[in-house]
Formats: sequence, structure tokens, C-alpha cells
Amino acid sequence: MRKPYLRQAPGRELADYPEGTAYTAGFLTAKNAGWRSVRPVLRAEKCVLCLRCYLHCPDGTVYESGGALAFDYDFCKGCGLCAKICPLGAIEMETEGA
Amino acid sequence: MTPTAGTIDKNEYFFGHKACAGCGGSLTVRIALKILGPRAVAVLPAGCMSAVGFNFPQLAFLNNAIISTFAGTASMMTGLEAGLRARGERDCTVVGFAGDGGTADIGLQALSGALDRGDNILYICYDNEAYMNTGVQKSGLTPFGARTTTTPAGARVRGNVREKKNMLRIVAAHGAPYAATASVGYLDDYMRKVQKAAGLRGVKYLHVLAPCPTGWGIASDETVEVAKEAVDCGLFPLYEYEGGAFRQTVAPKGGSIERHLRRQRRFQHLTDEDIAHITVRRASET
Ligand SMILES: Cc1ncc(C[n+]2csc(CCOP(=O)(O)OP(=O)(O)O)c2C)c(N)n1
Ligand code: SF4
Ligand code: SF4
Ligand code: SF4
Ligand SMILES: [Mg+2]
Repeated sequence: MRKPYLRQAPGRELADYPEGTAYTAGFLTAKNAGWRSVRPVLRAEKCVLCLRCYLHCPDGTVYESGGALAFDYDFCKGCGLCAKICPLGAIEMETEGA
Repeated sequence: MTPTAGTIDKNEYFFGHKACAGCGGSLTVRIALKILGPRAVAVLPAGCMSAVGFNFPQLAFLNNAIISTFAGTASMMTGLEAGLRARGERDCTVVGFAGDGGTADIGLQALSGALDRGDNILYICYDNEAYMNTGVQKSGLTPFGARTTTTPAGARVRGNVREKKNMLRIVAAHGAPYAATASVGYLDDYMRKVQKAAGLRGVKYLHVLAPCPTGWGIASDETVEVAKEAVDCGLFPLYEYEGGAFRQTVAPKGGSIERHLRRQRRFQHLTDEDIAHITVRRASET
């Protein structure tokens, strides 16, 4: 799976900045995980891998990996849409750091 | 064949962006790019999706993507399409993602020009029904009664006194080859329309209802549900315009307009008469 990914941020010298207005696509330097107050957690025994949650995630942070569902907790914002859309209640939102 | 959740491109072309949790606009962009693939070239005017996608050095598009002036989405798409053609680049869909303000107000002239010329572009309006990126001001697509910072709800005037422009009819009146409404509450319908539009020549226009938890006053996990409800209660019907005729693509399942409005903070001040007005107007349309 290809997607924008985390890389070393360019330096702060003038020479580190692009000369024009163009730059590398899919270049990430910061995670979004700190935005979250609740996190989605899978109840794997209930999941039938219908992938409705994956389709509806605005951040693309639910995905199938090796026949199981996984979350990218570096970028998930904890919106809860995946839990709400799951017809089987296989995703629960848990308070972060509890 | 229209992709399904199981067959759609697994790559993420809009990822790591800074949209609010549960943003309908970002879901609109993410799904369209999964259908259009890595060769799509995206144009985003000023608005939430450019603001959350391009924060140098954080660049959340995997595709080639560019910010246009607020008014110039369609004209930049025209130029890009011509440039790509001149370079002999093939299979590049030039796609625009503009907000409701960027489409129905300031960008309407550029869109009208592109429609007039018949340029080969796919224009997608993600409609969150206000100027969200600058703090929720009324646009020409803000619905009657909605509270925004420029249409506040007070004792005498209760939110927006104007009706929402009908962009589908405006585009259809230009004789576009294809135009459709869609909703993030009906992704299968939306995906089918994106794929169909991408295969046609000329200006294709998609108008997607994309709720904004921040501006609408709904919870971040309600975006999809509210977008579906808007279709089902008849306030946002899903149509397709092709070959000079309109066709409804999803039959509304029914549901209470009042319940749908009252759950959104932007409508909470509405009186029963206001809701009756909206209901009657809905029934007399289409
Ligand atoms: C010519 C011009 N006028 C005003 C602005 C300020 N501005 C930036 S984004 C924005 C709101 C965009 O609203 P909309 O098109 O609905 O997109 P949204 O932010 O809701 O996604 C405004 C007014 C601008 N960038 N350029
Ligand atoms: S929606 Fe529910 S059942 Fe379907 S894949 Fe997601 S967690 Fe599993
Ligand atoms: S909580 Fe929201 S952002 Fe996180 S995986 Fe679920 S749908 Fe995606
Ligand atoms: S303000 Fe609304 S449209 Fe803008 S990023 Fe946040 S949720 Fe999305
Ligand atoms: Mg808007």
C-alpha cells in the first residue's frame, strides 16, 4: 500500500527551502495522533472484514493487513466514524490513556 | 464495474491531512482519488481541503496537486489539461475539489467558462454549506435557516433568509455532458458517479454533500449518518443529469426533516413555522 509517509523535515536554512512553489508529494513530517481523546479498538471476534469502516474513514487510517483489520494510530484522529458505521459493533472507542 | 470497499484501490492518495476529525470534505477527496488513481492531477482552490492538505513541509497529497486562486479552480484545470495534452501525457484526469463558496459564488464564472468551452475536466464540489475555512460564513449554498457567523440567529432574523442555489440545474443549463449530486452518506452511489464521470469527455460536474462537524454542530462520528439522512428525508436528493435528462439514482428511504434539522446546532433556533417552510419548499421542488 502506498500513501504519504513520515520523513525527516527539511532544515531551517534558506537553502533547505524549495526555490519554486513545488515540493515532493506525499511528504509528511508530523503525526496527527495527538489530536485524539478516544481511540478505536477492534473486537476481532465480531469483525467479518466487510471493510465498511475502511471505506468511510476520512483519514484512511483503518486498513486490512494480512486478513485482519488494523488502525494507523499515528494518524487516526479518533472521530469514531468507523465504530458508528460498523454494522456488527466490532469497533469500540476507548478513552485515550485510560 | 464500480469498485466496492473490497476492490477499491488500497493506496491512500490523501493522507496525513489536517482536516478536523470526521470531516466530510476530506472523505469526499480521499474516495475520489482512490477511484481516479495516481495519474490524477488535482486542483484545490483556497478552502479547507487546500488548507489541510498543503502545509509545507507537510504535503498530504500523493498525487500531483496544486492550489489555485479562490476564483480560479476551473480555469487552472483548463490550463493543466491543455498543458498535459501538449506534453503528450495520457490517462491523467484533471480533477478539481472546490468548496461550496469556491464553486457557487466566487468560482462560478470560471466554471461557467470551462462549461462553455467544453474542456475535458472533472469538477467536484464538496458542499459543506458555508465558508468553513474562514470561520463559517454564509455562501450561496448555505440552506435556508442555517446559522452562520454572517447569518446569526437572533430574535427577529433566524439564520439565513436566502434559499440554497441549485448548482445541479445551473450546470445542467449549460448543457454539460454529465452532472450529478452525491452524498458521503451514500458512498457506493458517489463512487459509481466518479468512475462514470472520469470516463466521459467534457466538463463533468459532481456536487457532493459533505457535512462539516465543526460548522454544522454535529459530533465527529455523525458525518456519514447526517449526510445519509439528508438524502433520505428528501432535503438533498441524489440525481444524475445526462443526455439532457435528470434521473434520480437513490430512492429516499424517508425520515423526519424536523429531526434531521434539530440534531444540528446550526438549525437549533428554528421555529416550527421555519421547519414547515423548509418542508413545504422541499415538497414543491424537483
Ligand atoms: C480572493 C479570495 N478571497 C477570500 C479568500 C479567503 N478564503 C480562503 S478559504 C475561504 C472560504 C472557502 O469556503 P468554501 O469554498 O466553501 O470552502 P471550505 O473552506 O468550506 O472548504 C475564504 C473566504 C481567499 N483566499 N481569496
Ligand atoms: S465495519 Fe465492522 S465488521 Fe466490517 S470490517 Fe469494519 S470492524 Fe469489521
Ligand atoms: S476513529 Fe476516525 S480517523 Fe480513526 S480510524 Fe476510525 S474513522 Fe478513521
Ligand atoms: S472546518 Fe469543516 S470542512 Fe473544514 S476541515 Fe474542519 S470539518 Fe472539514
Ligand atoms: Mg464550504
